[in-house]
Amino acid sequence: MNSPAVAAPITAQAFKSDYKPIWCPGCGDYSVLSSFTKAFAKLDLRPENVAVVSGIGCSSRIPAYTNCYGFHGVHGRSLAAASGLKLARPDLTVVVASGDGDGYSIGGNHFLHACRRNVDLTYVVMDNHVYGMTKGQPSPTTEPDWDSKLSPGGTGLRTFHPLVIALAAGANFVARAFAGDPNGTADIIADAIRTPGFSFVEILSPCITFRPEQREWKQMVRQAPVTSTDDAARAARRIMTDDGFNIGVLYKGGRKPYQPPIGKGKKRPSDLEAEFTL
Amino acid sequence: MSTKKSAKKSTKQSTKPSGKLSMKSSAKKTKAAATPKSARAPKRTAAKAAVKATPVASASEFMAHAYAMEAEAAERYAEFADSMEMHNNREVAELFRKLSRIEQRHADQILEQMGWKQSPVSSADVRWEGAEGPETADSTELHYLMQPYHALQIALHNEKRARDFFAHLAKVTTNAGVRKGALEMEEDEAEHVRLIEEWLKRTPKPDPNWEADQDPPVLSD
Repeated sequence: MNSPAVAAPITAQAFKSDYKPIWCPGCGDYSVLSSFTKAFAKLDLRPENVAVVSGIGCSSRIPAYTNCYGFHGVHGRSLAAASGLKLARPDLTVVVASGDGDGYSIGGNHFLHACRRNVDLTYVVMDNHVYGMTKGQPSPTTEPDWDSKLSPGGTGLRTFHPLVIALAAGANFVARAFAGDPNGTADIIADAIRTPGFSFVEILSPCITFRPEQREWKQMVRQAPVTSTDDAARAARRIMTDDGFNIGVLYKGGRKPYQPPIGKGKKRPSDLEAEFTL
Repeated sequence: MSTKKSAKKSTKQSTKPSGKLSMKSSAKKTKAAATPKSARAPKRTAAKAAVKATPVASASEFMAHAYAMEAEAAERYAEFADSMEMHNNREVAELFRKLSRIEQRHADQILEQMGWKQSPVSSADVRWEGAEGPETADSTELHYLMQPYHALQIALHNEKRARDFFAHLAKVTTNAGVRKGALEMEEDEAEHVRLIEEWLKRTPKPDPNWEADQDPPVLSD
């Protein structure tokens, strides 16, 4: 984890860029952006000490809307890029932004191994159960009976269960948040950043354009009735038996992050270039 | 906390800080309410934050909460304005921008009245009974084709929530200073409700098919 800077307190506004989001009006991702900046301010970080890395999709536009270092990368490969960045620059706070399509489908394999490696990253997935940017196809977390023009009668496929999978694969911090609670979500993101190792935060972020019924989520979410546990088996049982609307930190472990020593055998760019010269 | 009940002024009129401790000055009256519920949206339910009091033990804490409430509302309206602007709905963008400025002015007035350079409590650390403050607009209520009437409906809803919040706080608090401040605020908010209701009467109602889009975002075939 990154150590906080010691200068004067910073405001959330200081982390916002001059670019205005182009998300649909009412999108939950606006509030997630707000939670990002509030969390960074809460931790007294500085934009130059934070990197926001993303893949492709509506949620992955977030790096442009912050004035931290940003990398809007390849579809599903945000965790690979972020892992490389964190291992090379452990001094940076690295936060990864993704969505349920980018993170669980195209990037599903990277998700498993990022949990397993336990690099000190915070992985935030804005889950709206749909591919919004490409006009409403079912994603891995879409309900099997969700009927739409693009999936008549529903897909009939079992939904992906990201929190349990993260837990089983070795994530060191697992939480669920709701975009409609930006302050609570900021607290969870800050906690995730503070916790060493791979932290996974799934945020229920409504897509009211393609899933207008998700407006009802604000009536459905609730604080998890129990505090977080460091017992993975207990956390898994809780997650498997809830209805997907319990909010809070659900698991916090104590695994040591993966961080090989850096500096030894470091090659100069010219050396690397020479290796690739034909 | 002294009372500064705003005189009846035009809704478009801005107000100067009273220099006293009223938490909301007449500036707030300028506020247009916001509740643009799209026709597709589920029926609105009363927010819990509007009917349950947050625990405040002193007049100073009360003002810090009031500041957080105003600042949060201002931030949300600014976000709405940006969103509407981005989607080329300039009329509604301008209205939300105005609402944001008004809320921010109220927040600044609280700082001035209390002699604070900044609130002793970070807005992000304030917790309400609901997920957000009693005056913060619901972010899922926007629609890219919404009209000023919808924006005013949103604002009206928020003013009512704020009024109910202060009324409840005045009822349950055991601190005389908090009660006095809450009653003043309730009165101000009630006046804002009336002003926005008047504003709504002057605003054209949307056509029943206001949501119709010849090029809708959902794939239709």
